[in-house]
Amino acid sequence: MKLQRFSRIAAGLAVTALALTACGSDNNTTSSASKSSTSPQADSACATGTLNGEGSSAQKNAIEEAISGFTGQCSAATVNYNPTGSGTGVKQFNGGQVDFAGSDSALKADKGEVAAAKTRCQNNDAWNLPMVVGPIAIAYNVAGLDKLVLTPAVAAGIFTGDIKTWSDPKIAALNSGAKLPTAAIKVFFRSDESGTTENFTKYLKGASGGVWTAAPAKAWSGTGEGKAKSDGVSQGVKSTPNSVTYVEWSYAKDNQLGIAQVDNGGGPVELTGESVGKAVVAAKADGVGNDLRLKLDYTTKEAGAYPVLLVTYEIVCSKGLDATKTKLLKSFLTYFSATDTQKGLETIGYAPLPDAVRTKVDAAIKAIS
Amino acid sequence: MRGAGLAVVLLVALVGIFLTWKAVPSLLHNKAPFLTSRVWSPDTNPPRFGIAALLWTTVISSIVAMLLAVPVAVGVALFITQYAPKRLATPVAYVVDLLAAVPSIIFGLWGIAVLGPVLAAPNSGLRQGIENSLGWIPLFSSTGVSAGNVFLASIVLAIMILPIVTALSREVFLQVPRANIEAAQALGATKWETIRMAVLPFGRPGVISASMLGLGRALGETIAVTIILSTPNIGAPFDPSLWAGGETFASKIANAAGEFDTPQKTGAYISAGLVLFVVTFAVNAVARVVISRRKEV
Repeated sequence: MKLQRFSRIAAGLAVTALALTACGSDNNTTSSASKSSTSPQADSACATGTLNGEGSSAQKNAIEEAISGFTGQCSAATVNYNPTGSGTGVKQFNGGQVDFAGSDSALKADKGEVAAAKTRCQNNDAWNLPMVVGPIAIAYNVAGLDKLVLTPAVAAGIFTGDIKTWSDPKIAALNSGAKLPTAAIKVFFRSDESGTTENFTKYLKGASGGVWTAAPAKAWSGTGEGKAKSDGVSQGVKSTPNSVTYVEWSYAKDNQLGIAQVDNGGGPVELTGESVGKAVVAAKADGVGNDLRLKLDYTTKEAGAYPVLLVTYEIVCSKGLDATKTKLLKSFLTYFSATDTQKGLETIGYAPLPDAVRTKVDAAIKAIS
Repeated sequence: MRGAGLAVVLLVALVGIFLTWKAVPSLLHNKAPFLTSRVWSPDTNPPRFGIAALLWTTVISSIVAMLLAVPVAVGVALFITQYAPKRLATPVAYVVDLLAAVPSIIFGLWGIAVLGPVLAAPNSGLRQGIENSLGWIPLFSSTGVSAGNVFLASIVLAIMILPIVTALSREVFLQVPRANIEAAQALGATKWETIRMAVLPFGRPGVISASMLGLGRALGETIAVTIILSTPNIGAPFDPSLWAGGETFASKIANAAGEFDTPQKTGAYISAGLVLFVVTFAVNAVARVVISRRKEV
């Protein structure tokens, strides 16, 4: 009797769940269909099959957006992306488990990654294609402080713990007229190992003129209190007055945190899609031919360029995948790098690839065979 | 039946072997005293890592959780079995059991978002009260850490182990022979005296083993602790206060699991996992000994 009742409840639950899932997928198809109809992309490039990628979680939202748009256009194609972290993604790619990897940093020769990737691609080079630009915001929560300007040296001072209060003369000098509290600065950092930490410390190390001394790494080496993931640090700042952290732009926006303007020497620059794009253009190409790894110029003094950012690469084989996979990979990446797709990413906290870089990426994708 | 028993033993043995197998190469390269060092840099060359800080946070948070949870759990179990009328006992027992079904991530998020500001944030009355009155004890000394401290983690852990300890204690208290209770009542004992003389002595081994099961759960709890606890920065001095942050074995591993890129680094974390495995094992062994001693008396 009891069992019967239980199974009836279970059946009821199962039906509800099914109904809900049905709703969910319905919504998805309509939204992506409407997206594809507004997109001017022709669907001539559609390929079929399944493509698997894995890696950086920093580009998770961007690639998911691109995948839903792409599969809305090409319904016969499936693209999976597993955001397990850059390190794991590269390892899985080199082990031949996935077709492409997403990574916050280009393949490293000194760790043997370049050689391993070459073996994986049947003795063809693997290329690093910059695809997603993720600005890092210096996000703060100080009551009544609408605008905060920091130079890299002062930011490094705050994050190393040398500058301890908001009213420190070094901060005051950059923010004349601002109401700075005398309270202590509470720094939050990512307690998990992350590409955001690595890229932010690369910036501090590169631009602070010696104030930041520790080697850039995925684990935080400055001062503060650690919180898990981007969500943890942004929640920490939101709930703690007079605190500051570094976090992906989207989290700072979603939590309505203050975002500091960065002054590299060419005047304070606000974080916008455009100002980030300028900094990407200022980056130097660091690879050979179609390997488009970038060397970001953290010290750029160009007016209006926001230099604190990370670039996520899609790591692909230049040759060596089977023909159907290659076709699908090329059509997906072409969609991903298209102007409209990239523009659409700005609403979810990424910056579009600037055209100068985008055309090179396009050429590289065409050259995959 | 015997096959199932053997399979469980084999499973535990295999986990132990796997952990040792992966940990030993890293431990051999380790240049810091593994058990006493607080350093954690497993990917430098040579690697240096020790588990002292992890062990402290893991053990202190679990013990405080036990201290908070066990008295409450025993009280609830006594209420359900001895005091409450059946109409009330069944729903109360049901609700407590339901606590065990809440996913730990929910406990974590609820802890940091709802409980934290009230109980553990620097401006909360409870924290300021304890810091002001007991701050001279290092365990309660004031820190600048936000709500994500060991104290909050302990409270959430206590809530998480409460249903386990309650359910097992309840079962044990129900087993008290009718004759013992009636004998006590025949001597003119009040309800509370009956409980003290008949119910508690009989139930003690059961309560101890229930607490140890709860402790095991608290030691290994991962995601709720990872969400709640703030990590101290590298090089921060050791702070024994409950108002400080910290990392447990499980939260340390969970935080780094996404970026295990070299066998050396993986091995370092797995060796921390091995210590947790041994600690949990030891806790259970101690519980067994305590229970068997009690039974003989």
